[in-house]
Amino acid sequence: MNWISNYVRPKIQALVQKSDVPENLWVPCGNCGKMVFHRDLERNAQVCPHCEHHMKLDVISRLESLFDDGKYKTINMPEVEADPLKFKDKKKYPERLKDARSKTKRDDVIVAGLGKIGGRKAVVAAFDFKFMGGSMGMAVGEAIVKAAETAVVQNAAFIVVPASGGARMQEGILSLMQMSRTTIGVDMVKEAGLPYIVILTDPTTGGVSASFAMLGDIQIAEPGSLVCFAGARVIEETIREKLPEGFQRAEYLLDHGMVDMVVHRKDIPSTIGKILDHLMN
Amino acid sequence: MRLFLDFEKPIAELESRIEDLRRLDGNKTDNGLNISEEVSRLQKKADKLLKETYKKLSPWQKVQVARHPDRPHFEDIEKYLLEDFMPLAGDRGFAEDHAIVGGLAKFRGTSVMVISHEKGRETEERLKHNFGMARPEGYRKAQRLMDMADRFKLPVLSFVDTPGAYPGVGAEQRGQAEAIARSIEKCLSIKVPFISTIVGEGGSGGAIALAASNVVLMLEHSVYSVISPEGCASILWRSSDYAKQAAEALKMTSEDLLELKVIDEIITEPVGGAHRDKAKTLQDLGNVIEKSLKSLVNYDGQQLKSHRREKFLKMGRDFN
Ligand SMILES: [Zn+2]
Repeated sequence: MNWISNYVRPKIQALVQKSDVPENLWVPCGNCGKMVFHRDLERNAQVCPHCEHHMKLDVISRLESLFDDGKYKTINMPEVEADPLKFKDKKKYPERLKDARSKTKRDDVIVAGLGKIGGRKAVVAAFDFKFMGGSMGMAVGEAIVKAAETAVVQNAAFIVVPASGGARMQEGILSLMQMSRTTIGVDMVKEAGLPYIVILTDPTTGGVSASFAMLGDIQIAEPGSLVCFAGARVIEETIREKLPEGFQRAEYLLDHGMVDMVVHRKDIPSTIGKILDHLMN
Repeated sequence: MRLFLDFEKPIAELESRIEDLRRLDGNKTDNGLNISEEVSRLQKKADKLLKETYKKLSPWQKVQVARHPDRPHFEDIEKYLLEDFMPLAGDRGFAEDHAIVGGLAKFRGTSVMVISHEKGRETEERLKHNFGMARPEGYRKAQRLMDMADRFKLPVLSFVDTPGAYPGVGAEQRGQAEAIARSIEKCLSIKVPFISTIVGEGGSGGAIALAASNVVLMLEHSVYSVISPEGCASILWRSSDYAKQAAEALKMTSEDLLELKVIDEIITEPVGGAHRDKAKTLQDLGNVIEKSLKSLVNYDGQQLKSHRREKFLKMGRDFN
């Protein structure tokens, strides 16, 4: 293993990204509207100190926040066919990919790492929503399969943190096939007798929610996150039904029996630690 | 009365002229033209036009054919492919979902479990079957039936024809995403032969929920896609007017999917589409299903499951 590329690089990337933010930046909270100093947000894992609204957490901070001492080894992801359909809408798909890659400095949506949580081995695969809305194409499918295989080989728990608008339309039928391919991945973990835990974050929808993201042994959701199959707009347009309050939010899912618990971001690592203590004894 | 699609208008005109002439019942017309000669001349012209039109259907035209109201539905599958179909109802939790029909039947002498979408034909029927858009209960019933097939070692035959899973408040409330996810998981875990056929529309998650199988077949003019062309157009082109372009870009036809190695075989349709000769289409489909079942006869349960896994894991890895 190359220690420099596997371990240090993500940290450096995170530092570079953080220093891109101007010193005096204040961010308005999407929920209460109050201005929050960005350093306070960083310290608070992007949770508003006034109203506890959970803003989006970047994928590297996510991995660091989950693993003991923020330490993990990045799992290298397999390369995939870039544009299997030669897809073009208003823009060519390779151009969209190029834009997303230069914006995020990442090859695709998922970053996965191997480390310890509460002293127990775990693989975490987390989504970068900024990369084409966290959409699932070949790369996401292969990343879930690879991360799951790593968990099996390492005898580690498997934890996925989705944040995704659903399938990546530009990969057409192959994006749909990732629903079955990712399911195979998580079933390999289950068959190995290892825990599979999902941390649902805002938003988790479409083909992602309708496959591996709903198949966890334990389903945790962050407060307020939108988790659904069909989006509110689609439902309203299709059937003109009025949507209930809090519809498709984490707390609504808890009430309707779809998740085990809604957990504040700061308590998620210790919660997972406790779960693994029970399930991996 | 035959229903014609928009792009079939020239054919429809010829065929209605033929009908008119036939009604004159063999009499000579005023100008002395022999009617039966004229009928056969027009018939030849119509046949040729139909053949030419269907030889080069565009993806968008195929979408129209796949959605044709007279497309073979489950009632036709039952009539031409199955004997003694015994429907089994309900998910045991909430309701019976008529968008997915399932039950026990004989297929060419063998007992099988059948799971199929049903869109319904007349207005009342369509409402009952919810236009083939299943709610969570439909996918949960499918899981129950797959479990039963697994327990009694019955091959599973699934038939897919859906615009997609139903997007409604109740469906979301009762866990549409989870129901689809578990159905896919069940498809991949059963230890019996599993053959699925895309008969009409293979709409997204609602389709793969019944089609993560050992052998995936498609009728020639059916379509299978991650999103409807209209939905794709309204997101990527910001207007559903671009559905035609989206249908092309999505590569949703059987030929495209065979090339992408997502499906295993195409069942050729009669000239003019499956609805013009359902008996023939479904006999041909039956032959391919029978052949596919035979190809799996030497696999034991574990091997059938592994076969399915390997098939899906390989997808997209071998383009070069
Ligand atoms: Zn706030």
